[in-house]
Amino acid sequence: MSWYSPILDVAANVVLRTGIVFALYLLYAGHNAPGGGFIAGLVAGACLVLDHIALRSREGRGSLHRVTPRPLLGWGLAIAVGVGVAGWAWGGGFFDQAVVSVTLPVLGTMKLTSALGFDIGVFAVVVGLVAALLDSLGSAWDEDLR
Amino acid sequence: MTDLVIPVALPLAAAAVSAMLGRFPAARRVIGVGTLLATTAAAVDLLLSVSDGSVVVGHVGGWPWPLGITLVADPLAAIMVVVSSLMLLVVLVYAIGSPKTRDETGFFHPVYLILAAGVSLSFLTGDLFNLFVAFEVTLTASYVLITFGGDRLQVRHGVTYIVISLVASVLFLTAIALVYASTGTVNMADLSGKLGEVTPALRSGLGLLFLVVFGIKAAIFPLFFWLPDSYPVAPSPVTAIFAGLLTKIGVYAIIRSHTLLFSHGQPSRLLLVVAALTMLIGVLGAVAQDDVKRILSFHIVSQIGYMIFGLALFTLAGLAAAVFYIVHHIIVKTTLFLVAGLMEERAGTGALRRLSGLMHTAPVLAVLFLLPALSLAGVPPFSGFVAKLALIQAGFDAGAQVTVGVSLLVSALTLFSMTKIWAGAFWGDPMESDTIEPRRMPPLMVGATACLVVASLAFVAAAAPLYELGEVAARGLIDPSVYVTAVRGG
Repeated sequence: MSWYSPILDVAANVVLRTGIVFALYLLYAGHNAPGGGFIAGLVAGACLVLDHIALRSREGRGSLHRVTPRPLLGWGLAIAVGVGVAGWAWGGGFFDQAVVSVTLPVLGTMKLTSALGFDIGVFAVVVGLVAALLDSLGSAWDEDLR
Repeated sequence: MTDLVIPVALPLAAAAVSAMLGRFPAARRVIGVGTLLATTAAAVDLLLSVSDGSVVVGHVGGWPWPLGITLVADPLAAIMVVVSSLMLLVVLVYAIGSPKTRDETGFFHPVYLILAAGVSLSFLTGDLFNLFVAFEVTLTASYVLITFGGDRLQVRHGVTYIVISLVASVLFLTAIALVYASTGTVNMADLSGKLGEVTPALRSGLGLLFLVVFGIKAAIFPLFFWLPDSYPVAPSPVTAIFAGLLTKIGVYAIIRSHTLLFSHGQPSRLLLVVAALTMLIGVLGAVAQDDVKRILSFHIVSQIGYMIFGLALFTLAGLAAAVFYIVHHIIVKTTLFLVAGLMEERAGTGALRRLSGLMHTAPVLAVLFLLPALSLAGVPPFSGFVAKLALIQAGFDAGAQVTVGVSLLVSALTLFSMTKIWAGAFWGDPMESDTIEPRRMPPLMVGATACLVVASLAFVAAAAPLYELGEVAARGLIDPSVYVTAVRGG
């Protein structure tokens, strides 16, 4: 690789971890506050893009951050549609919601809804899409860098 | 309700399964074809239940109107879902036979099914924001499909397409935000009444904004420039389904928003001018081209003008003719692109100056091209003639003589450019086989194309009842009270 940026390398490491935590927060917050699966997926996807650029600048690609798109897309879609169909199976309408309250040690009492399941599915789909995009468009990009 | 949900949810669920079955290509094909068969069946069932002009409504998740996501099928939406499911099915069979879409990475089938879900949702959704979501689902799938195979040219032209689509999406979202800010709702049935209460200036401003957004998708004048650049580079089955369906989603959205939200019963002079210019500029572009797929791509633009013409008249006959025209166009245009794909498969190129004499070496291909080409140009007795006749009559009755004149001129030019393909590719001496190696056409591809040619002939044979169906749909468009009451009460 002809170029190496230590600033990008170090910054990417920090931003990546913070970004993923932020994405997970958005995923959880989405029920009643701004956020949700789609937004969280986009934030995590942006992290993936940054990671892609940073990794390419470093000698020797780490395989640690590789995300394989197809299973993510598949499972994400399956979870999202599954939540919808589950509402049907329970005798309600398509996408009927179920709400459960649980008390967890650190977080206190939380309302878990089946919409959260849907959001997790959407999250996986969006991350998978970004990974797929990097796979197809990123390969041409790597050639240009070389 | 079930019939409303199946065309959207089933392809998504099948896409999930298909994506996980990466190592079993045969299973993915079975899932794809089976899903679209089921979707088509549900769509036909839906059409039968609304063919008397009634409206089927479903509220997703049991949320009350107008808060939740509403799915609505009126006759127009049901017709569109039936036709699009059929096209998706036939083109998938063609794609399975095509070497260009041989699915090594395992992406084609899942993404294609996601596209199918997005297309159905665009037609069935009852609120603007959900329409945006449907557009995004369709677009995301189309980004993957247009660069499928990923050669350099495809990626470059794909980027044009992606950038234009992103701009349109941002504009769409802004427009929805403005509508929500001024009325407090995004449910179309609810908006239908509430937009009547805002000031006329605001209403026409919003209407214009939506016309631009949907106009980019539909490729009307002057927003069509991206289409002839990006469509021809995709693999043939992908181009065919894009040409047949994606621009028509834009046209559908224009018709839906115009009739339900912005027109208030008035014919639109702006739309009439746009229609005439779209027809004319599109066909002039086609005349200047020298590649089969590029000629056909410019024709998409030109033909969109006819559909907008029908809407602009805002009479029962005009709208019925527009609906009839859309269905005719989806079938014929998809067929022509499938034939163009076969030509490339057979001769290795779509450039007219390198093609010659296909009539002698591939007579079946010549027949498959000739029938839909004559139909597109509007030669009797094909479906294009019936559709254009209906439009022209409606135009005369509404007193739009100038646009009628333009449409006749455009028809002649369309015929001219079809003759150009015919003379360039099919007539003349057969190509010397040492310059271009002739190849065998996969039987699955020929079969799928032949099916569509037969379908377009059947379309003419059943023109009378189909036109009546178009009239039922048009009645629902002119007087949206049935639609609105159904959504309110459902």
